[in-house]
Amino acid sequence: MNTNKLNLTLRIWRQKNANTPGKFVDYKVSVSPDSSFLEMLDDINNELESKNQDPIAFESDCREGICGTCGLVIQGHPHGPIPRIATCQLHMRNFKDGETIYVEPFRAKAFPIIKDLMVDRSAFDKIQQAGGYISINTGSAPDGNAIPIPKEVASEAMDAATCIGCGACVAACKNASAMLFVSAKVSQFALLPQGQSERYERVQRMVKVMDELGFGSCSNTYACEAECPKGISIKNIARMNRDYIVAKIAKEEVV
Amino acid sequence: MSWFTRALNSSIGKKFVMALTGICLILFLIIHLINNLTLFAGPELFNTVVKNLDNIKPLVRVIEIILVIIFVLHIFNGVKLWWENKQARPQSYAVNASSENSTLFSRTMIYSGSIIFIFLVVHLRTMWIAFNFNPEVHHNHTYYEYVSAAFRDPVYSIAYIIAMILLGFHLNHGFQSAFQTFGWNNKKYFPVIQKIGFFYSWITAILFALIPIYFLSGGGL
Repeated sequence: MNTNKLNLTLRIWRQKNANTPGKFVDYKVSVSPDSSFLEMLDDINNELESKNQDPIAFESDCREGICGTCGLVIQGHPHGPIPRIATCQLHMRNFKDGETIYVEPFRAKAFPIIKDLMVDRSAFDKIQQAGGYISINTGSAPDGNAIPIPKEVASEAMDAATCIGCGACVAACKNASAMLFVSAKVSQFALLPQGQSERYERVQRMVKVMDELGFGSCSNTYACEAECPKGISIKNIARMNRDYIVAKIAKEEVV
Repeated sequence: MSWFTRALNSSIGKKFVMALTGICLILFLIIHLINNLTLFAGPELFNTVVKNLDNIKPLVRVIEIILVIIFVLHIFNGVKLWWENKQARPQSYAVNASSENSTLFSRTMIYSGSIIFIFLVVHLRTMWIAFNFNPEVHHNHTYYEYVSAAFRDPVYSIAYIIAMILLGFHLNHGFQSAFQTFGWNNKKYFPVIQKIGFFYSWITAILFALIPIYFLSGGGL
């Protein structure tokens, strides 16, 4: 246990709803280095509520980095300055005493602010609903190793499937592009035998909905990969581009 | 809209057009550079090369028209993408950590591109128009003399050198970015593509920039 508390100034974005302009509000806190970032926000909220003030709205669920619900932009980094973790896994020991920490919501036209640090990410659900599934009948569970899949392929598909859909890629991208997310969801099926029959229709449907929802295009800055808490590779974006181009040139489905 | 125009207007379609036209321009620059390097061999070779190009003018004109189409598509799509991408984030961040997660080259394509565009307009006005329509230069085949005189103007030369540095910036990101857009990202050869892109862009930029430096420092007199 570290008993030396950190004195920090938190500059937190407060915004009543999507239609009112927001502003930064400063909160002075004295916090244990062992506290997680979200525990610190919980403490602030307890104090605000005890004073009958409006608590800071932010999202969280599992608090172990697997659900993708939490997501704050801390010091300009989605999920904070430490790579490969979600906001809930960020601890205050990573900050210096006396530091001023900016806490902002994900900013994107496709992710409108609901309140304070909470954004509406249902755009991701809409993309998933457009094709992020397998609709053919795959039958009951096959015998082990009945469908041979090389280890490398299975691992690559699994790596794509570790995307938790948190939206950090959109938040990090200078164009608020969702291509890393969409490409991970496309790739996890495109790599496996079960995903083949709908492969080219899927990529076209998902990209179409992504474009309609107001996400930007990819500039290949690779900021998404650097900020992704799961380290999803931009090779997935290349795969999505390839499948999309092949689909448009060689396939007959008109999506 | 037909499936074709819809495909080209999709996010990936627009990127594909950028990548394809970009690769065409990269190939064009190699030919342009080889032509220009004959300047170092003196007036005779350079003037002969340009004169020979003049002899196959109809073919050159066709290539010029194709080039204009490629340039227009690249510039139009680039500006369109920049504008649309700006709309995707109406409110910017108070703290921006982009320098820690991406390269400067990749974030400034619109700026390096815009300056190269200004350069292109000036370049066409000074060089292309003189080569084609200036009676003194065109009829007497004194291209070398015209170029060397132009580059002895320090303002023109320094602006040219700055434009070439920005061209290096632009190509450094553009080269590997085009391959990523085509989907040709494979762990076997993508690192090689990135290296080729790096060397191609800076060698091209430096060799082009050497021309004004050569004349500015009294070469070719």
